[in-house]
Amino acid sequence: MNLLDIRNLSIELKTKSGVILAVDRVSLTIKEGEVRGLVGESGSGKSILAQAIMGVLDDRWQVHADRFHWRNIDLLSLTQQQQKNIISQDVAMIFQEPMACLDPSTTVGAQLEEAVPNSQLTGFFWQRNKQRKLAVINLLHKVGIKNHTKCYRSFPHQLTEAFCQRVMIAIALAKRPLLLIADEPTAAMETTNQGQIFRLLASLNQLKNMSILLISHDLENVTHWTNTITVMYSGQFVEAGTTEQIFNTPYHPYTKALLESSPKANIELPAKSRLTTLPGSIPVLQHLPIGCRLGPRCPRAQQICVQAPKTTNHHGHQVNCHYSLKESY
Amino acid sequence: MSVLLQVTDLSKSYKDKRYWRNRKLNTALAPISFTLDTCQTLAIVGEIGSGKSTLAKLLVGAEKPTTGKIQLNGQVLTKGNFKQSCQHIRMIFQDSGTTLNPNLTISQLLAEPLLLNTDLSTLERTQLIRSTLQQVGLLADHMNFYPHMFSGGQKQRISLARAIILQPQVIILDEALASLDPSLRAQMINLLLDLQQKMGLAYVLISHNLGIVRHFSDNIIVLNDGYVVESGKTQEVLKHPQHNYTRKLLMSQFFRIKR
Repeated sequence: MNLLDIRNLSIELKTKSGVILAVDRVSLTIKEGEVRGLVGESGSGKSILAQAIMGVLDDRWQVHADRFHWRNIDLLSLTQQQQKNIISQDVAMIFQEPMACLDPSTTVGAQLEEAVPNSQLTGFFWQRNKQRKLAVINLLHKVGIKNHTKCYRSFPHQLTEAFCQRVMIAIALAKRPLLLIADEPTAAMETTNQGQIFRLLASLNQLKNMSILLISHDLENVTHWTNTITVMYSGQFVEAGTTEQIFNTPYHPYTKALLESSPKANIELPAKSRLTTLPGSIPVLQHLPIGCRLGPRCPRAQQICVQAPKTTNHHGHQVNCHYSLKESY
Repeated sequence: MSVLLQVTDLSKSYKDKRYWRNRKLNTALAPISFTLDTCQTLAIVGEIGSGKSTLAKLLVGAEKPTTGKIQLNGQVLTKGNFKQSCQHIRMIFQDSGTTLNPNLTISQLLAEPLLLNTDLSTLERTQLIRSTLQQVGLLADHMNFYPHMFSGGQKQRISLARAIILQPQVIILDEALASLDPSLRAQMINLLLDLQQKMGLAYVLISHNLGIVRHFSDNIIVLNDGYVVESGKTQEVLKHPQHNYTRKLLMSQFFRIKR
């Protein structure tokens, strides 16, 4: 069953100089128990998309969608408050910099206790404090923190970054969500710690059947952990498919360039040879090219690319390009 | 002397102020020796607290070593003689956004090392800045821009321009490629390799991305807690890691290399 089903979601930003289309008709589906990677470079709108799903964007942003279903409930037909109730019950999010997201002035334990919802506690009011503490300790054990008393009493600055991220995951797990949105959970982390966090997320996915939307800017880091991947560029949908499809037979020139530019992905490359790259840099939001936004950088671009391409589907492998590389395989 | 940079028994340890009676020494970096030739890249790999940034600071002269000496072209770099080390050993930092002074234009930023280290006239300085900007793939018009007008990749190019403007012999890249987007990172790697060919630069690459290390470097040193765990040719070390720590590092990145 599709947990989340979004079709043609657009997000607009109103500024003094006009309306900027930050996210342009992006589709995203997440099945139950699936790990989906959302990959895009900086400014590709992946974090904005996650925030739009959570409903935490402020009034300057306008969100339109053709379809926005959560477990077959049409969220667009509900009022904003009802939307928020449903989403906040079942979806949780963890953010990029765990140190900055935790409150520095209170202990980790207090912040975790705050996150445990009242509905999970049973019994009389004098039993609740004890139950709450027990729930927090269980949460800490779930995310792999063995020394719970020390962690419970410490402030965020006393913990390492990987531990803070574990605490963030524990806070997210307190409501027993069905979908966890991880917005670059391992950015600026050491590789061994990155592995720990990814392993933790993978085990949660397998044991609790929790779906995960893993957002990352680096394709090579997430491929090991995901079932399916959606690639975005500059606010536009690029390609979606299973990890094997994306990794072995990328249809879009952008995905292909990303894979070719990573020295880790193609290890047959002789050392110190030139990497194939896309020319130019990522366009800024104020000066977006019309049509396919990759156009000016794309090696296969032709005249028709000034019109936005339509998404085509080849056995679940969706690609958004006029000149897809499908024929070359 | 054919060796460009020779480091012998370089080490750094800090005194622990708490134990005033029996001063305890915290070893940040145990004695390390290596050599570096022109057109070569030495990669330094390790976790947090393994002493790789300490080594970088010692090489540029930002910290004074406890023991050991650094020889550049057979000449010993004396402690505190910044003029000597500034000209020949330059450094690029991880976060290009915060290392550029937001108050200065690019031409002022790039003129600073020239003013401090050379006695060129204003016209010569401008010409040099112009040619250096072209070398790193920017336009001469960018001279009058401020740092905030550039994207992350371009800022890293400006820091590279600031590093190469004095025609150095060694450049230290302290996680310089970590914070860039993948497509820009590949551009930067190509640019660095081109400059190495053209100018005969030697790089000291500090990184935790083993894919880049494999692609970029000739020799590798693996550090753990300040001690050298393993060193040698990059290809051989990554193909046949001898030490458990190196294996663990490779495992953590799912790094598989063709045998």
